[in-house]
Amino acid sequence: MVASPESSINLASAFVVLPTPLADWLVIAPLIICLGTAGLLTVLRKNLQLQFLATLVALALVIATNSVLLWRVLETGPVVMTMGRWLPPFGITFVADILGVLFALTASFVGFLAAVYARLDISELETRYGFYPLLMMTMAGVSGAFLTGDIFNLYVWFEVLLISSFGLLVLGSRLDQLDGALRYAFLNLIGTTVLLVATGYLYGIFGTLNMADIARKAEGLSDTAPLTTLAALFFFAFAMKAAAFPLNFWLPASYHTPSSVISALFAGLMTKIGVYALLRTGFTIFPGEINMFMGGFAIIAGLTMLVGALGALAQNDFRKMMAFTVISGIGVILMGIVLGQPLGLAGSIFYSLHSMVSMAAIFMLAGLMHRQMGTPNLSESGGLYESSPLLAAMGLVLMLTVAGLPPFSGLWPKVMLVKAGLDVGAFGLVGIMLFSAFLTMLAFGRLFLLAFWRPSPRGSQPLVLAVDRQNPAMFALIALTVPLIGIGLYPEPLVQLSLQAAEWLLNSQAYIGAVFPEAQLVPAL
Amino acid sequence: MEQLLAILVGVYICAAIYLMLSRQTIRFVLGLALLSNGVNLLIFTAGRLTPDIPAFVPFGNVELPAGTVANSLPQALILTAIVIGFSFFAFLLVLIYRAYQDLGTDDTDEMKLAEPEAVMPPLGY
Repeated sequence: MVASPESSINLASAFVVLPTPLADWLVIAPLIICLGTAGLLTVLRKNLQLQFLATLVALALVIATNSVLLWRVLETGPVVMTMGRWLPPFGITFVADILGVLFALTASFVGFLAAVYARLDISELETRYGFYPLLMMTMAGVSGAFLTGDIFNLYVWFEVLLISSFGLLVLGSRLDQLDGALRYAFLNLIGTTVLLVATGYLYGIFGTLNMADIARKAEGLSDTAPLTTLAALFFFAFAMKAAAFPLNFWLPASYHTPSSVISALFAGLMTKIGVYALLRTGFTIFPGEINMFMGGFAIIAGLTMLVGALGALAQNDFRKMMAFTVISGIGVILMGIVLGQPLGLAGSIFYSLHSMVSMAAIFMLAGLMHRQMGTPNLSESGGLYESSPLLAAMGLVLMLTVAGLPPFSGLWPKVMLVKAGLDVGAFGLVGIMLFSAFLTMLAFGRLFLLAFWRPSPRGSQPLVLAVDRQNPAMFALIALTVPLIGIGLYPEPLVQLSLQAAEWLLNSQAYIGAVFPEAQLVPAL
Repeated sequence: MEQLLAILVGVYICAAIYLMLSRQTIRFVLGLALLSNGVNLLIFTAGRLTPDIPAFVPFGNVELPAGTVANSLPQALILTAIVIGFSFFAFLLVLIYRAYQDLGTDDTDEMKLAEPEAVMPPLGY
């Protein structure tokens, strides 16, 4: 335990009276928009049409502010804002760096298209129960988690996210939903409680909750034993959020139970928040400790990829099959973290962004397939190629994307990871990644064979429900797929952005310097 | 005093883990409530138990009072955690009651709707 924190802190930074520059409010603009709209929507509970439109406008605004934020971060470096102008380490700080903004921007894009898709998928009753306010609260939690620079605040955003995700998960109250929600709620609450334990210990050791301040003080800490415990607790909590093996069991138990738009939103965003928090705490706060855990992470990454791929092969319900591909994607991301260096981490970041979009898209695809055929079971499905060629085309593109085949966006992060793996001689991990991609392709090949090519088992007339070209859900699916094809054909800008984000992440001085511009104002411990 | 509280935290967390290993959902939720209270105590203890003067600054004075001042931040953290934990507890109570009503059991082993017995996918046409 270190000396009482009060002794070394310069109080001057808590007494700044200048107002926050107006441009810095941009950092919390996504949050203000999401929280404000969520409140507004609960008031508009009787006007369902207006709820839908207000959600679309708000999420479009969030995309716009995140884009401007990304542009500003690229121009001037990390953007920092501290609540109440109680300069760090006193107030709650929000920090936007490339990593956080890239994740937030992709998440808002997925959220927007989920709202579009919900037009088809969410019934009037479920809208009355508050789908749109819960969606906006989820987006607030997501934006907050990606942009905060304070570890306790990160915990609070996790909880915001969690409680609204519970609401979404039980929306409709079908029996399997209640069962799935129980599993999801129990395991995720244990995860966040461990996160709270870690945060409490962290405060006990450092006397501060500001990530940049912790990173600064961790460098000078002579006794690193408590840091190892802390890092282990954080990594456990975030690995549970990310559904890494052996903490992955809640995911396939719950993700297939709610409406497909909710599954799509969760599959795209929830696990990636765990990944983001792992990257942030691992490399900004505990760069020494994460290296100590790399051996364990390598095993976890390998097993996560294998469990995901083998699990996908063994499912009869294609929504569960897709839930397992989320898990094997997490394994690929963890592998990039293990490989480290700018290239491995960049591959990991690129793959996370690709995975957000492609996983949301593939769960939407599963929703449309389910709707079209009336069953989620492979043994009873068939005839989709005949009844909906457009859906079949989308399906083929998305399956190749997720498996990482050219010319789609899944290829490039895997190329980066293979190169990074061969550079450091991690042949085992590279082999497992390629093998798991092969198994995923097998699972998807069978899905395509049975659900699309096979004639419908019900006889010759295909069951056509509400899926056609004018459909909002089809629009959302196409709008998610087009960027995946575009990035696959021209990946260079995103490769550069990921490399830059990885370099910033590995060199936490830029992050610390942005939070503490005048380093002499508050001397390090 | 710290040692006593540390032991108390340990007892809370042990009891919580024992309860959470149960198959009955109500015991699990009670265990989770105990766990979150144990964690709140942990934050309280980790924030130092100091019998110092309260952190009030006299009006018009930006200098702190002489001597060590009590740290109010851990209490703010615990307050946040209590509110969050309480709301989750309320939600979970409703959820398990509803699950008990609709599924007809509070034994997690008998809840097989989300994860039914595994059916192998067809191996060909």
